[in-house]
Amino acid sequence: MSGRVLVGVKRVIDYAVKIRVKPDNTGVVTDGVKHSMNPFCEIAVEEAVKLKEKKLIKEVVAVSCGPQQSQETIRTALAMGADRGIHVDVSGKDYENLGPLQVSKILAALAKQEDAQLILLGKQAIDDDCNQTGQMTAALLDWPQGTFASEVSLEGDKINLVREIDGGLEHIKINTPAVITADLRLNTPRYATLPNIMDSLMNNETELHKPNHRTSLCVGLIPLFETVAPEDMQGGTDRSGAMLRHTVLQSGKPKRIILSCLCI
Amino acid sequence: FSLSNNSLVHGGHARQAEVASSFPPLQTYTEEEGMMREAVKKYAQERIAPLVSKMDENSHMDEEVIKSLFEQGLMGIEIDPEYGGTGSSFFSSILVIEELAKVDPSVAVLCDIQNTLINTLFVKLGTPAQKEKYLNRLSTDMIGSFCLSEAESGSDAFALKTRAEKHKDYYVINGSKMWISNAEHAGVFLVMANVDLSAGYRGITCFIVDRDTEGLEIGKKENKLGLRASSTCPLNFDNIKVPEKNILGEVGHGYKYAIGMLNEGRIGIAAQMLGLAQGCFDHTVPYTRQRVQFGKRIFDFQGMQHQIAHVATQIEAARLLTYNAARLKEAGRTFIKEACMAKYFSAEVATLTTSKCIEWMGGVGFTKDYPIEKYYRDCKIGTIYEGTTNIQLSTMAKFIDKEYNV
Repeated sequence: MSGRVLVGVKRVIDYAVKIRVKPDNTGVVTDGVKHSMNPFCEIAVEEAVKLKEKKLIKEVVAVSCGPQQSQETIRTALAMGADRGIHVDVSGKDYENLGPLQVSKILAALAKQEDAQLILLGKQAIDDDCNQTGQMTAALLDWPQGTFASEVSLEGDKINLVREIDGGLEHIKINTPAVITADLRLNTPRYATLPNIMDSLMNNETELHKPNHRTSLCVGLIPLFETVAPEDMQGGTDRSGAMLRHTVLQSGKPKRIILSCLCI
Repeated sequence: FSLSNNSLVHGGHARQAEVASSFPPLQTYTEEEGMMREAVKKYAQERIAPLVSKMDENSHMDEEVIKSLFEQGLMGIEIDPEYGGTGSSFFSSILVIEELAKVDPSVAVLCDIQNTLINTLFVKLGTPAQKEKYLNRLSTDMIGSFCLSEAESGSDAFALKTRAEKHKDYYVINGSKMWISNAEHAGVFLVMANVDLSAGYRGITCFIVDRDTEGLEIGKKENKLGLRASSTCPLNFDNIKVPEKNILGEVGHGYKYAIGMLNEGRIGIAAQMLGLAQGCFDHTVPYTRQRVQFGKRIFDFQGMQHQIAHVATQIEAARLLTYNAARLKEAGRTFIKEACMAKYFSAEVATLTTSKCIEWMGGVGFTKDYPIEKYYRDCKIGTIYEGTTNIQLSTMAKFIDKEYNV
């Protein structure tokens, strides 16, 4: 067992930023907008670093697919304790079209190349909320998957996992190598301390990779027709069957509320 | 259209580009500084913000906050990693203090004193043995206090009366100090005492005094208007024995060290006042954009817009003064006049900003349910400590006088 863990980290618009749709409805405004590491990816990095501190794994490799700026996200992972980084350079049109299928092909290829024992990802990204990359990566590699993990423990060459599912908590045991996706309550990510930031800047161990267009980037693209902002919420009316979904982040305060009504 | 025209244009553009890159705007940060600022911003918002109100009300700095400041590496920013520090630069310290002050100026001042006064004194003047003994602890778990002021000597610092009598290889110190920040939690005190009162200020010497020294009494902390979470206590020295090896630097040079350190500390306070003003402003403008009266946002009234824009300009000016003073110091150029300007101006801007913010918030600005009134109370000390506004102005005037003396 190589003892190597691949952690996927995605650069997304910061959770605190108010999202605005572009006037031409082709997407959301990203220019000049604050970006940071996807919160669920932070949890994944934290878990990987914790495993290394417990000496259960040997090396944490942070991977990010995206343009030049993705290197900042990798640096944050290094500052949290990752050993080295891999930046898969995807920019321009390719970056606009980058989705879970393309990323999972890249991750699968990297996992084989790096002889990874474990892939840790966030359960979903807060920009597209796809919740697909982990599952697809596992399928491509034909590896077991433990998604929505709220507890992870290594036992020899197996992993004990507690998953948060609709019905409650599910306990499973899977073989390695495996893909795990982190849910909210898996851990509380550490802050990058200032000394760690200094160390991460000295760290020149981020490799640049160019993905294979033919096999990774041009397959299974989903055409985007239009991006529209939701209608402004009207005052409350009594409708039976209204559903309310919260996205609650670490601070416990609701950050986004999506209201969809089923009128019966 | 000739080749020579082309090369002139090309040459012109190249030179412009060269000038632009050699003189970047003041709000330009190295990658290191940028990452530090982001990290501290996040940490302050998540770990300190929820405790600010309680700490202010109880006039007590939460132990968890102190512990996490050390854990984050914020208490040894310029200390070498060899001694457990972060090994970063003065400007990083300034950015950290500014970010902390946006959330809680009391926490910012704790960090400022540690970094710009205590750590700097040890790093610049400490013998290898002293550095070995103290720097590690200062980066990891021990707070330091700087003891200069006394009941009878504030601005007139060198009229201090605490005396140190030499006996063989130790000194006996008697006297008292007032207004000592961080005293409640400090593990080490840098005490300015006079070994020879007849020599006037040339007898002032800096002594390292450990907290557990017999005869050292830390008085009850003051009940203050603002910066309440930062402990400010009187100290009493009753025949305390301090070994000769605990002298920092040279005998009789203490006054030089004090002035030198305060020149730098001044920029730290400027950063604190700047962060205070910005933090208060950041809490207030969103309110003005939401609050509707007479059918429109109060932000949309021209009177309000003019006031808000004026304050924003003052804050920007304070920022540029502070950043420039910090960069001048880092570049090894003279910076004392600029540091005085930065501290004086930032303190005034903080006073203006907080006062205006309460007005803009209206009734709610006047209540403790909103954070604005705390900023208003906290800002006042800015014009008083680490050199009153009048002292800053007099110092600046001395420099100006010299400049015109040709």
